[in-house]
Amino acid sequence: MLGKTLKALLVGTTVLAGASAANAETFRWAFQGDAQTLDPHGLFETFTLGFQGNVYEGLVKYNDEMKLVGALAESWENVEPTVWRFKLRPGVKFHNGNDFTAEDVVFSVNRLNTEGSDMKVVASLIKEAKAVDDLTVDIITPTPNPILPNQFEIFYIMDKQWAEENKATEATNVKGGDEGNHANLNANGTGPFIVKSRQSGVKTELTRNPDYWDKNMKSNITEAIFTPIAQDATRVAALISGNVDLAYPMPVQDWKRLESADGVKPLAGPEARTIFLGFDQLRDELTASNVKGKNPFKDVRVRKAFFQAINVDAIRDKVMRGASIPAGLMVAPQINGYSEAMNGRLPYDVEAAKKLMEEAGYADGFEVTMDCPNDRYVNDEQICQASAAMLARINVKVNLLAQTKSKYFGKVLAQNGYDTSFFLLGWTPSTFDSHNVISSLIACRGGEDKIGSFNLGGYCNPKINELTAKIQSETDQAKRQAMIDEVFKLHQDEVGHIPLHQQPLSWGVSDKVDVVQRPDNQFDLRYAVVKK
Amino acid sequence: MLTFIAKRLVQSILVMLTVALIAFSLFRYVGDPINNMVGQDTSLEERVELKERLGLNDSFFVQFGRFVVNAAQGNFGFSYQHRRPVSDLIAERLPATLELSIVSAFLAMAIGIPMGVYTAIRRNSWLSHSFMTLSLVGISLPTFLIGILLILLFGVVLRWLPTFGRGEVVQLGWWSTGLLTASGLKSLIMPSITLALFQMTLIMRLVRSEMLEVMRTDFVKFARARGLAERYVNFVVALKNTMVPVITITGLQLGSIIAFAIITESVFQWPGMGLLFIQAVGNVDIPIMAAYLVLIAFFFVVINLIVDMLYVVVDPRLRVDSAGGH
Repeated sequence: MLGKTLKALLVGTTVLAGASAANAETFRWAFQGDAQTLDPHGLFETFTLGFQGNVYEGLVKYNDEMKLVGALAESWENVEPTVWRFKLRPGVKFHNGNDFTAEDVVFSVNRLNTEGSDMKVVASLIKEAKAVDDLTVDIITPTPNPILPNQFEIFYIMDKQWAEENKATEATNVKGGDEGNHANLNANGTGPFIVKSRQSGVKTELTRNPDYWDKNMKSNITEAIFTPIAQDATRVAALISGNVDLAYPMPVQDWKRLESADGVKPLAGPEARTIFLGFDQLRDELTASNVKGKNPFKDVRVRKAFFQAINVDAIRDKVMRGASIPAGLMVAPQINGYSEAMNGRLPYDVEAAKKLMEEAGYADGFEVTMDCPNDRYVNDEQICQASAAMLARINVKVNLLAQTKSKYFGKVLAQNGYDTSFFLLGWTPSTFDSHNVISSLIACRGGEDKIGSFNLGGYCNPKINELTAKIQSETDQAKRQAMIDEVFKLHQDEVGHIPLHQQPLSWGVSDKVDVVQRPDNQFDLRYAVVKK
Repeated sequence: MLTFIAKRLVQSILVMLTVALIAFSLFRYVGDPINNMVGQDTSLEERVELKERLGLNDSFFVQFGRFVVNAAQGNFGFSYQHRRPVSDLIAERLPATLELSIVSAFLAMAIGIPMGVYTAIRRNSWLSHSFMTLSLVGISLPTFLIGILLILLFGVVLRWLPTFGRGEVVQLGWWSTGLLTASGLKSLIMPSITLALFQMTLIMRLVRSEMLEVMRTDFVKFARARGLAERYVNFVVALKNTMVPVITITGLQLGSIIAFAIITESVFQWPGMGLLFIQAVGNVDIPIMAAYLVLIAFFFVVINLIVDMLYVVVDPRLRVDSAGGH
């Protein structure tokens, strides 16, 4: 009898042990860099915010199909043109057990405007946040804003009480002086994962939040370990050897290797990032060219000739291993405001390009320096090399200046007076809306409206600035789209930039896991599943 | 002896100041840190203001002076990327680099010296020839390539060893060690071999040529003539006399091992100071770069000092000299 009980007990224990082992699902992943901070208002950067999104949550979020769905808010509506009302999800708790309430939302809005915050651009969308009751918040905007919920996707909510207890009521300041800022190294969100340990630049361990509000979450992961791996070769080896389950980005030239290796595969998809060329159309004389006393890029025929001289299909096939998508617009199909009908390109035609150059008085071409990053976009330097070779056919001699991103951006951006004559740049609108592209890249820079700050070539059509302001506040979607189309049409006719392609996302995944690849290159643990 | 040490320490401060000065004069060429510190939607005004707050608009001498004054008080500033004090980051990363370097230096000596002695004594055996050929590979292949090849063979094909990182570490006070766990030791094998290979071949070739030299001297012949055992002649009489140059080179190489661990660390994503430094260069994290370079200069000075003191232990003639005074 005793023996039997003992045996039953033993069997019971074994079953239990077996069960818990089966439930423990560890997921390891690697990216080329680390999240720079755990402070959700410390840096407006894709990877950092994407990583934090596993721990913190905003009022809304994108689901696995990039549809905007409720996260901490259950519903929202534009009750007045300048008032968005968010109904908050009841019963949500932060990782430390505190209740999530409207007060936390108001606190987080105010935190966006503190000195160290890099999210002031989000703060500028908000005039005031008011807690109507515990679970209702009114966001008052300075002007009517139809896309505020989209712009809130990366605005994460922090617990007011936790921040006060840990003296983290202000965002982590890059300048320093607040070494103790608790929020930089610690996190207390409402998200599905809790930060268990973190050594910046080395390793971060997350464990599943057992009290997460969304009981239907797809992920079965109980423990997730993130390691930044900077070297491409090391990252590829880590994936193939099974030391990590997901690694990105993978060099596109390694896809074949990933396909032939056992147990892993490349995961490619179009990224919402458009790569384009631009030219200085503002200065009366180019800073880096042999043409003196005038600026050839002021002539639309020259810009058009450059456009028609570049063979994007060849760049796709030879440089991008067939994985880029040639683009005619400055926005990708995933971006709100994209129009398929307008995505056509001027045909590749060297003869036509030569003729245009001749008409413009540059039959013998000219010399110009091209600025290009060599570690920022997928095969960026090779794209520039290929473009330079193609432009040689219309007698333009391109002196390529390809540099590391810190040097490249240090040269061409506003702080250095836009010191470039011809350049390659890439852009993903952080709001996933065309307005961001128009106001950052296409609108005239240096005006009262303080927009166009990434319009490195100084392309300018004042009509576009007028339209930009209207697009910002137009709530009728059809009217808004018509205005966006009008801007893109003007920009295309004047060849303000040369859009090249959407670059591919390039991830490598183990066959043991299922993940969802988002076109903004974010990875969300909510949709990652370890297969049994 | 004490005056000697004191003098060297004063000199070391001078060396570090010079290194800091050269480093600072180079920083203006590494690019603009601001774009790495803010998101793409951050306005121009905020970027300009951030640059001002970080003091990057000040003149070279003001920036350098500020660094020296702060560093003298033990304050190396605040990392732009990690948003933490640089001294904390270095203290966190130092154990990984030192463990890797010391294990590598030990491997280099423990294997390099016997190989050197062997190739000197049995000059024409096939084993000597294969050692010599192998050493050519070690000298001529770049560290980066050796690391990648090891990863490919033992990590990807055979899957015996982890391809990156340091494995599980145990915290002993502020020191984190990977020497006490199985995964930590396994992780150490490939990086330490990669880092040791060049030094090992160097030591082997050095010991060999020194031995060949010493074997021809009269006192070795005399030792043989006295009928001392061959082993004693080779390993005590001869080897001891080859040690002065070997100690110099090994000592100086220890400095280089620590400094050049950068490459090995980045190939194996080994979380040491070298990796911290190389990432800082990519992100123009000036406070980390400055602190690292000064620290490495300090290591070199200290190691040289220790090497000078070891001479006295190994070579009695130096002892007589210093006792006699000049």
